[in-house]
Order: sequence, then structure tokens, then C-alpha cells
Amino acid sequence: MSIRVQTADFDVGHELAEMRRGRFEIGALASFVGLVRDLNDGCGVAGMTLEHYPGMAEQALADIVAEARSRWPVSDIRVIHRVGRLAPGDQIVFVAVAGAHRGEAFAACEFVMDWLKTRAPFWKREETPGGARWVEAKSTDDDAATRWVSKD
Amino acid sequence: MRISVLYFASLKEALGVGGETVELPATVATTGALRNWLANSGGRAALTEAQALRCARNQRMTGFDEPLADGDEIAFFPPVTGG
Repeated sequence: MSIRVQTADFDVGHELAEMRRGRFEIGALASFVGLVRDLNDGCGVAGMTLEHYPGMAEQALADIVAEARSRWPVSDIRVIHRVGRLAPGDQIVFVAVAGAHRGEAFAACEFVMDWLKTRAPFWKREETPGGARWVEAKSTDDDAATRWVSKD
Repeated sequence: MRISVLYFASLKEALGVGGETVELPATVATTGALRNWLANSGGRAALTEAQALRCARNQRMTGFDEPLADGDEIAFFPPVTGG
């Protein structure tokens, strides 16, 4: 398991290679990368700043990863979340799950992202032509997170 | 009871401060009561004006009926928007 909150960029290929190195029981490696878009809610976005709650952000990610591991028999989960100022095209978040089979790898990867979006204390502030604005939480993200709860 | 309070994102901006340490009267015993006490007695009106505020006790998400203990770190913030 590896959880990192950092300002620096990350290399997806390097992360995936580290996860599978010498681990011949891994048959599936599912990953997700979230990127900064240049458009949101009909407004041009020149960049954004990600704020977080130091300490709790890492703890929340660790709790989400632990929950994923209790639900699916996966070998490894890696999460990286960047903070600070980011420009369009920049990588924001990385989630990867290694497992024996694709079913649990895909499911756990989507689960970690859905819960991260509603439970991990990060906030985006976008730079738009009309000035900076805090991104508002989306009800669709709540719905995406809730479907994993109702499966219990 | 001494409590460390933290604010984040738009709430921090509205209040103009990232946090404070407060000495609470005995009547303020939950996270929700702390929120109201800060808004009414502490001049932090944005705490009750903000819609859909979230809170955490000792760095774990919780509700507004959570009991407080001396030395707690309580954080108030808007719904999260990371990822």
C-alpha cells in the first residue's frame, strides 16, 4: 500500500512498474488518472489550486484503501493526490489496484475514486476569466459514492 | 474545555482565519453546539450561514452531534471537491 499527498508530478508508468515488480500473482493492474480540464461548468479554466487538510487527507485515503481491501481480495493499492497550483492537462490524482483478476481490480479502483471524491478533504479553487471560484461539490459524486454503500 | 478549531477552503476564506484555539463553557458539548457557539459568541457567522458544512473530529469525518473532549481538534469545511 502506498498513499502520497504531494505537490510534485508523478510518472504513471513508473508507479505501475513498481507495483508489479516481482509480484507474479498479479494478473490485473487497473489504474485511473484524474486531469485538470480547461473548461468546467461552461467557464474557461486557466488553472486551479488544490487545498487539503494535512494529516486528515492522508488518514482519509488510508481509511478508504483499507475499506477497499476489506471488500475485494486485491494485492496492492496505490493512491497519489497532488496539491498546490495545477494547470490544464496536469495530473491531479492517481489510483491503481493490483489483483489476481480484472473484476476486483476494476471495482476496487472505481470504489477508491468514488469515495475519495466525497470523503477525502481536498478542495479545488479554479481560476476563471471572472475570477477565482471554489468548485462546488456535485450531487452526481454523492450518488456515485452512495451506490457502494447500498451494496452492503 | 480547550478545543483547537480549524477552517478550510471557502469557509476559511469567508472567516479570514485558518483556525483558533477556544476555551468552551461547559454547556458547549458537541460539534454542532461548538459551531453555533462560534457563530453566535465568537463572531464566526459564516459557520451557520454556510450550506452543507462538514466537520471532522480529530481528523475523522463526523456529524454535528459528536461529543467533544478536552484537547480535541475540530475542523469545519465545505463538502470536499478533490480527485
